Amino acid sequence: MRYNEKELQALSRQPAEMAAELGMRGPKKGSVLKRRLVKLVVNFLFYFRTDEAEPVGALLLERCRVIREEPGTFSISFIEDPERKYHFECSSEEQCQEWMEALRRASYEFMRRSLIFYRNEIRKVTGKVCAGLQRAGVGLQVAGVGLQVAEAVLQPWLMATRPPHRTPWNSSAYPRRPGSS
Amino acid sequence: MAPGSPPGPAIATMKLNERSLAFYATCDAPVDNAGFLYKKGGRHAAYHRRWFVLRGNMLFYFEDAASREPVGVIILEGCTVELVEAAEEFAFAVRFAGTRARTYVLAAESQDAMEGWVKALSRASFDYLRLVVRELEQQLAAVRGGGGMALPQPQPQSLPLPPSLPSAPAPVLSLPSAPAPVPALPLPRRPSALPPKENGCAVWSTEATFRPGPEPPPPPPRRRASAPHGPLDMAPFARLHECYGQEIRALRGQWLSSRVQP
Repeated sequence: MRYNEKELQALSRQPAEMAAELGMRGPKKGSVLKRRLVKLVVNFLFYFRTDEAEPVGALLLERCRVIREEPGTFSISFIEDPERKYHFECSSEEQCQEWMEALRRASYEFMRRSLIFYRNEIRKVTGKVCAGLQRAGVGLQVAGVGLQVAEAVLQPWLMATRPPHRTPWNSSAYPRRPGSS
Repeated sequence: MAPGSPPGPAIATMKLNERSLAFYATCDAPVDNAGFLYKKGGRHAAYHRRWFVLRGNMLFYFEDAASREPVGVIILEGCTVELVEAAEEFAFAVRFAGTRARTYVLAAESQDAMEGWVKALSRASFDYLRLVVRELEQQLAAVRGGGGMALPQPQPQSLPLPPSLPSAPAPVLSLPSAPAPVPALPLPRRPSALPPKENGCAVWSTEATFRPGPEPPPPPPRRRASAPHGPLDMAPFARLHECYGQEIRALRGQWLSSRVQP
């Protein structure tokens, strides 16, 4: 599949949500643990050799599962092939927990659900305290306007549709490219 | 594999979980836009008709609507969407910053389709969605806190600068829909005030561990505060939104009047 590699490389240089040196092991059998600088930017996890500026690779974090393995270690796998795991070794239990939480939230689909959640919560609350909002005068009128504007902004994400039915994706139809990981 | 890359010493291609990417392209996650577009192969190449599917910040393109694997994907972070003068009707471009960066010229099959795509692509970045979600989070805190008495405290975080619209050679336009103007301009990336630390991370707010199921997702993490930029940096989202909307409307007016030619 073609992709805009230069732009992905540029993305890897952007400010990260999280960055740390971790031990990383690829999904292939017999992979060795290697030290990598791991960097979370939007919904991509980049990994670099510790002395290089260009990433070795990137993982798109959509439809992935983040699971605790041994103490201080977690794995990332993707729902179409749950046994194919990328392992990450952290220097502490705390670091492991931080990374797992961050990675579970680092998907567009998670953000979309958050948006829907907050919007519904706001509706619930403003439905109940309308009288309260009106009482405080100018200050809260601004807040009221803010909420109305936000609703229009939200529409595109709320209107995203389910795709039409496709033939179920069959992993056996996609032989793995030799040398890919 | 990057089309149009200059010849030179072979550099190892970056690895990417392409199988997972292909799966994401054809799974049942929500679709933000889909349809046929003509895609220009390269600067002097022909247009190819492809089936495009926008899902999140990924713009996939297939040979046709029934294909099981995408031909390719355009990752939509850090780009702008512009209308362009092209031989092809209903053309627009997805432009990335940086030297020798690729510009994707696409053409829709109708005015409506073009407008729909420009709008959808302009707001497709993860960065922009995250900004919107954070704003909602603040608003929820505001309406919950103290019976609605408190306004959202302006967060000491840098809000992105509006792109320098007046000096842009090709006007970057949104096509606002009634009633409220929607900022179709993608917000530029935050300039980094501090380099990310080796083993540091952004400042977190305290929140519950994520659990799948009926419980709500925890709020997204807050970024480290960075230096403020300009007069709008403390503005609430609503005001920013309105300011963007005004600039967009003004520019659009200019563009439309400059377009009317015999």
